[in-house]
Amino acid sequence: MLTVIVFLPLVAAAALALVRVSDRTARWAWVAATVADLALVTALCVGYETPADGGLAYEVQARWIPSVNSSYHVGVDGLSLPLVALTAIVFCACAVYSLREDRRPRQLAALFLALQATCLGLFVAQDLILFFLFFDLSIVGMYAAIAGWGHGEQRGRSALQFFLYTFLGSLALLLGFIGLYLAADPHTFDIPELVAAAPLADSPVAGGFVLAALLVGLAIKTPTVPFHTWLPPAHTDASAIGSAVLAAVLLKMGTYGFVRIAMPAMPDAWQGAAWIVLAVGVVSVLYGALVALAQTDLKRMIAYTSINHMGYVLVAVGAAGLVGSGTAARELAVTGAVTQMVSHGLLTGALFLLAGVLHQRTGSYAMGEYGGLARPAPVLAGLFAVAAFGSLGIPALSGFVAEFQVFAGSIGATAWAAIALPGILLTAALFLRALQRVFTGETRGRSVGFADVRAVQAGPVIGLLLLSLAVGVAPWPLLDVITPATSLVVELVSR
Amino acid sequence: MAPLALLPEISLLAGAVVALLAGSFLPQRRQWVARLVAVAALLTAGIAAALALGDPARTVFGAFVVDTPTGITRLVVVASTLLVIGLGVEELAGQVRESETYALLLLGSLGAVVLAATDDLLVLAVGFLLSSIPLYALVGLGRSARAAEAALKTYLLGALSGILLLLGCSVLFGMAGSTAYAGLATGLAGAPEAPVAVGAVGVLGGLLFKAGGVPLHFWVPDATQGAGTAAAAFLTTVPKIGALVAMIRLVDVLPGSLPWPLLLGLLAALTMTLGNLAALGQTDARRLLGWSTVSQVGYLLMPVAVVGATDAAVPALLTYLAGYAVTNLTAFAVLAGDPRTTALTDSRGLARRRPGQAAALVISLLSLVGTPPTAVFLGKLTVFTAAWDGGLAWLVVVAAVNTVISLAYYLRWLVPALSREGRPAHDGDEDDEREPDDRPWARGAAATGAVGVLAVGLGAGAVTALVAGATLG
Repeated sequence: MLTVIVFLPLVAAAALALVRVSDRTARWAWVAATVADLALVTALCVGYETPADGGLAYEVQARWIPSVNSSYHVGVDGLSLPLVALTAIVFCACAVYSLREDRRPRQLAALFLALQATCLGLFVAQDLILFFLFFDLSIVGMYAAIAGWGHGEQRGRSALQFFLYTFLGSLALLLGFIGLYLAADPHTFDIPELVAAAPLADSPVAGGFVLAALLVGLAIKTPTVPFHTWLPPAHTDASAIGSAVLAAVLLKMGTYGFVRIAMPAMPDAWQGAAWIVLAVGVVSVLYGALVALAQTDLKRMIAYTSINHMGYVLVAVGAAGLVGSGTAARELAVTGAVTQMVSHGLLTGALFLLAGVLHQRTGSYAMGEYGGLARPAPVLAGLFAVAAFGSLGIPALSGFVAEFQVFAGSIGATAWAAIALPGILLTAALFLRALQRVFTGETRGRSVGFADVRAVQAGPVIGLLLLSLAVGVAPWPLLDVITPATSLVVELVSR
Repeated sequence: MAPLALLPEISLLAGAVVALLAGSFLPQRRQWVARLVAVAALLTAGIAAALALGDPARTVFGAFVVDTPTGITRLVVVASTLLVIGLGVEELAGQVRESETYALLLLGSLGAVVLAATDDLLVLAVGFLLSSIPLYALVGLGRSARAAEAALKTYLLGALSGILLLLGCSVLFGMAGSTAYAGLATGLAGAPEAPVAVGAVGVLGGLLFKAGGVPLHFWVPDATQGAGTAAAAFLTTVPKIGALVAMIRLVDVLPGSLPWPLLLGLLAALTMTLGNLAALGQTDARRLLGWSTVSQVGYLLMPVAVVGATDAAVPALLTYLAGYAVTNLTAFAVLAGDPRTTALTDSRGLARRRPGQAAALVISLLSLVGTPPTAVFLGKLTVFTAAWDGGLAWLVVVAAVNTVISLAYYLRWLVPALSREGRPAHDGDEDDEREPDDRPWARGAAATGAVGVLAVGLGAGAVTALVAGATLG
């Protein structure tokens, strides 16, 4: 089942890359493939039952490289299933959004389907080498997406910067993986086996270095301060769907790595580093928000809010390592972190798709060049307002559920986490200011004669926002899936 | 029965002789017969090597080891030479020295296998000469001024390192009283350190020239740029295989009185760093590949450094060698399929003109970087693991940083190849919007190589199972 979900987009991508179909056929084939994959994921979610004793659902293991104990091992649990679903949803939204795309749509569809396969593969991988394989391939795919379909003079440079940065991170990650492999007895790359063994528990020095390698690798991908510098240029020069996928799915690979690998497999080292993670999280929250506040470019602003939102996740996972504080609070924090990954994916994906409409119409993201856009484009304004409010954490949307849990849990674990609270205020300020500058007031500048968002562009955004609303109003189906897995993570990290 | 164990070597030698003789009698337009002879000899050697692969390790004539490392070396060398002939069909066909080229390629392959399989210093010296002398001729066959200069440079450096190797051999013989490795291991145990160091450094220096490692690497970029494409592909791949397996065999028997792991680790770090930094500034595709091959030798030296400390060293070296060989040859095959490409910018628009070739280029360059699921990624994974396990964790970090640097220049080639603009106009070929001379064989070799790169990467289980437990006989 999982194998089909991962490789269906890849097969479709290969078919589209090899067969010269018309642009129209290619676009619809892309939508069909993503919808089929989404249907399979939906079936997966419906049939999902929390596996007992921290096991995996839909587990498959096949021989791959037996001599280094690496296998094709896939499976999902409460940590990965929400992200698998998020990936399928976001890629489906991007496919529908691109029904009007006229820049080499066949190649674009093939590229994004391949990228979808690598993202899905990463979230279901239960083997470090398999994880690394998809991690690295996602970098290659995203590089092509930015360099091939981005806009702006600098896109080649931004793409190169993105590649170099994240590739450096992936190599640090590889070093960490090799360290874990060598420390385990017998040597293995299998994640559940490594989690069960916690191999570096008795060697604090080696454990420190290995965790440092993992942290750097994952932090670059997340990204957190001070490894975030690749993110704004990559977003600025990527196309709308490129940005949406980058922010909504690819950034989650880093934070997912924390809860899947670093925390449970290296509990002692994580406990030692918990304060550092927490501090980096707090700085990311505040710094991301402050820099976003200073932006005049709408897309860059959204990019910086990603750093802020991913900072919340770091605050939560850092707090979870503070053994000695209450277990319930730390479980709540980690649950909030996973919820935040989903919520950020839905809302930021929607924001980037909407920002793409601005660029498509006028070629500019500069907030100063717009004004009163709500009059000519009321639907766009309404959708943007909903996404922005969700992103700043208004109740009834998913962001609130996530951030509430993150803060309630983290502050429960340590009062120091409260330093990150002003981040919420700053985010509110910057989103309201952006709404005000672009959409309210007298219609002027590039807003004059602006055509409202098309149905094919509004549809996917509405879908993402409805899901965010569903999570915000009735979070329990999602939380029921996540909570057993997060309490297991907290239990493992407290060893 | 002993000679039968050498069937692969015998068929290479016989093939070389027959190809040479056939070449002298055949008219110019029938020289393809010599090509068939060469291919048949290689296929025979390959099949014989494959059949012998499962046999228990043994020594033939007291100096030639037939074990798993030898078996893998034979297979990789034979496959590489076949790919070289495949990518060179159009380039070599009809040349004045066509059949001689095949004979030289076969002799060079034989030399590489002999180097890799010997455990006696005297045979090592023979193998060195056997694999070096054909190279000088291959480099010079191009008959351009650049080729002549490259051949001379290679020859001078080769002669110097040959003398170094022979000097080292005689010093080691003097200290140990034996030229066989088994005798070296016992004879050198109590010997004074200084002469042992001089002797070992001399022999290793000679082999470093063959491998193209720092500080005897100067000939590599010049020869790669000056020689013909097929010759360049051969000389950056096949001699390396022999030299590195020979090095790991020798280092394995050196006494532990000197810090060989540290010394070789430093050499590895220097080689990969220097190769990478020099490659950064290159604008010529062949020269870039020449420097890239220098940097790859750095990674290949990592398992050599830790051979005494971990069982994973020999399998890791063999995995990396196989992965590197197929990847490097694929990159050269893409160049051979588009003979007008010299500067990196000449690849511009390759994706539009020839999507298949562009795909092969992407796969080979990403493999050289070490992106999964390609062949060199598997090599890097095993090599890094072995080096770390052998106590050289710092070297693994250096290698990882180097990998990021290498990304910068490989991408500098990929970007123009994938861009949609046409190639820049050259002087004198304004009418070249029509397709240039078609080279189906070279393009076929590139496609085969690309499939091989992915097959080694994805079929990692089979590859590692083949080399697993490979120890030095």
